[in-house]
Amino acid sequence: MNLPFYNRRSFLMAAGLAGAALAQPPLARFAFAQSSGLQPTRTMRGGANNYRPNAPLVDRLGSGFWVSGTVRRAGDGAPLSGVRIQIWAATTLGGEREPKNHGSVLTAADGSFRLETEQIVPNFGQPHAHLAYDDADFETVFLRPVMGSPRDTSVSADFVLLPA
Amino acid sequence: MAAWAGVALVMAVPVVLAALSPWLAYRGPAYIAGGFAGIVALALLFAQPLLAAGYLPGPGLAKERGWHRWVGAAVVFCVVAHVAGLYITSPQDTMDALLLVAPTPFSVYGVIALAGIVATAAMVALRRRMGLRYPAWRLIHNGVAAVVVVATVVHALQIEGAMEPWSKWGLSVAVLAATGVVLVDLRVVRRDGGTA
Repeated sequence: MNLPFYNRRSFLMAAGLAGAALAQPPLARFAFAQSSGLQPTRTMRGGANNYRPNAPLVDRLGSGFWVSGTVRRAGDGAPLSGVRIQIWAATTLGGEREPKNHGSVLTAADGSFRLETEQIVPNFGQPHAHLAYDDADFETVFLRPVMGSPRDTSVSADFVLLPA
Repeated sequence: MAAWAGVALVMAVPVVLAALSPWLAYRGPAYIAGGFAGIVALALLFAQPLLAAGYLPGPGLAKERGWHRWVGAAVVFCVVAHVAGLYITSPQDTMDALLLVAPTPFSVYGVIALAGIVATAAMVALRRRMGLRYPAWRLIHNGVAAVVVVATVVHALQIEGAMEPWSKWGLSVAVLAATGVVLVDLRVVRRDGGTA
């Protein structure tokens, strides 16, 4: 009789090889993410718009408005210090492409960061800020938190970063 | 006379109040122009149905429908200027909206309205070539116009921008009411598009 070219043995071989292949990076990222522990934050839609890489490290970009947050490692949730977070937004100084509205800060020992800016104003219909991690040690993430109201004087966003 | 003044007020007040927005001081010229093109387009949508139905006293239906065509061209111009101004301000944000991947919830309604405007302009330009007879033309135009009006209002009301909120709501309600009343009048009550 005619045996089909596939059988139980060949199926198990193929499934095993496919599983081993899927466990390699980059798909391993998803396997890691599904394991127990803190999930990495995903880039938000529109988060990278008007990004200018390597925003200068600054003490402040203005006064009256605070952009803040925390940075932790995916998995064990350990706070990450000395990590550069780049921040930009449309403010009373101008739009998101105004260089004076771009700056970066380093996280403190407890993983927190904060940057004082001028008042953020609505841009393209929403008052919001942009924050980015874009360096070598962890996977790049862009966040775009929306403020509840244009009268808010602060906004925050927390990063959970996946080791690169 | 009062009707004309009323229409002018409904259209002008929201535009004037938007011009007083403090946020304009923080915007470049392309963003301001693009934003106002959108605001003016919304205001023109109030006059459009009134002209189509010949509600404004004096000139008569034929003349008002002639103006309806000019105002229609103005709406098309304003919509194009709105997208162009936004594109100059931030190409990435504008492309996100046009490709339906913007993070803002109101963007898709803007694109729907834009699609309706483009379709309407195409239909007007190709009307003779398509050989559309008047009843079919009316049906399609009225249907697309209704979609454009609703989508524009839903778009505008969700935006935090230069328009002062109360006047934006007032204009939006006026646009919806004018469109609704005219559609019912022309399509249900008169049933002949008002030409008789």
